[in-house]
Amino acid sequence: MFNVFKYVLFDLLRSKWSIVYTLFYVLSSSALLYFANSSTSAVAGLMNIVLFITPLVSLLLGVIYFYQNRDFAELLLAQPIRRTQYFLGNYLGLITALIANLLVGIGLPALLISNETTAFTELSILILSGVLLTLIFSALALLITLLNENRIKGFGYAIIIWLFFAVIYDGLFLMLLLYFNDYPLETFALVGVILNPMDLCRVLILLQLDLSALMGFTGAVFQQYFGSTFGFVTALTSGLVWVALPLAFLIKKGNTKDF
Amino acid sequence: MVIELSNIKKDFGKHKVLKGVDLSFSEGKIYSILGPNGSGKTTLMKSILGLVKPSSGAITVCGKDAINDFKQREFIGYAPQIARFPENLTVNEVIKLVTSIRKQPSNPDPLIQLFEIDSFRTQRLKNLSGGTRQKVNLALSLMFDSKIYILDEPTSGLDPINRIRLKELLLDLKQQGKTILVTTHILHLAEQISDELIFLLEGKIKYSGPTEELMSMTSSENLEQAIAKLIQQQTEKEQAHV
Repeated sequence: MFNVFKYVLFDLLRSKWSIVYTLFYVLSSSALLYFANSSTSAVAGLMNIVLFITPLVSLLLGVIYFYQNRDFAELLLAQPIRRTQYFLGNYLGLITALIANLLVGIGLPALLISNETTAFTELSILILSGVLLTLIFSALALLITLLNENRIKGFGYAIIIWLFFAVIYDGLFLMLLLYFNDYPLETFALVGVILNPMDLCRVLILLQLDLSALMGFTGAVFQQYFGSTFGFVTALTSGLVWVALPLAFLIKKGNTKDF
Repeated sequence: MVIELSNIKKDFGKHKVLKGVDLSFSEGKIYSILGPNGSGKTTLMKSILGLVKPSSGAITVCGKDAINDFKQREFIGYAPQIARFPENLTVNEVIKLVTSIRKQPSNPDPLIQLFEIDSFRTQRLKNLSGGTRQKVNLALSLMFDSKIYILDEPTSGLDPINRIRLKELLLDLKQQGKTILVTTHILHLAEQISDELIFLLEGKIKYSGPTEELMSMTSSENLEQAIAKLIQQQTEKEQAHV
């Protein structure tokens, strides 16, 4: 597994996509940290970029990379290696490369520009959310390529998944909240947030930034819930379930797939 | 027998690709697997490698179950039909990668010299031509001291000089007691190197045996004629059924 991991990592870190992704984060975080009035507003700005861009890049780069190496997979799987080791090696290589891009892209400008001590915790939770989103959407990318031989279909699914979690889900969620306005919706709202990893990360960052007051009633509910140990553990567990489920399905399907 | 297949069937949905294949391959021989496009050649080879899981039947490689035990692949060197590699790795890195996965000593240098790819060793694979990538593909599959070599269309993209080099190399490996399975569309090559031919048609074995026997059986002067006659016989049979 380590050998496969190493080659995927080297291959990805040298690719132009990887360089473009890092530069994008370097530029946007430098600009926000430099021009924003406080670290909180800079992190709030960066949050929107991380929440939308990290899942999109993880999905698209993952899908492009795994389709590109589809023929090489045949050569490697014809060697004495377990399929599970091969898939996990690929997954670990992809997430390590993407996380390295994220850490350099946000971490480096933060170290050089930001001088507020409060920024450290805020940026840490932002990077942690980025890491969690990378873990989840990279697993989904690998699963998409395994289940679809047709590349066009694979790209289509990747974009639909991103659109669903970034836009459609929130629209549906808000519609339901409005429609059932007369009922107690605290639990429904909490479950709704936990089921969408992008929403989950957004709420966790906003709570850390102490901007939850802006969210009104729901903000108070989230503060009360996610502020408690139980809430934090539930949020973390649901994030990890989002990673584990696609990976478990991937391994199950991967072991019986014809290459 | 080095490889044995018994009653191998493979369906892809409704499409039956292999319809009950029984075959055995012995040591020190070159086998050419021939057949029109879609006859099941690649599926047959991939079944031996464990890349394709047969719907039913059994395959053993060196006495071990080849369908469920991944370890049997340590006996096989494989060159896939399409030579594509991670774009940003160099030739040397891919050689190291395959060697480290296989955990067996490799000897790529004589093959690198033979195919004259020494000057490309430190170049990224995305910068190499199709023919050079095919040479790397062949070097990767033949650099281990394996008992069996499975080569899917090994001459594709090779110039005539390297085709001759490959042919001589395969004959040399045969002398060392290796079992070599080759699929090819170049009948001339199959005729020159094969001890035995396997002709697949619509997922069934139409002929399996020595090359000369096929020619005398079909009263043909060369392999091309013999194969044409086999296909003609099949068509006539089908028409008689209708």
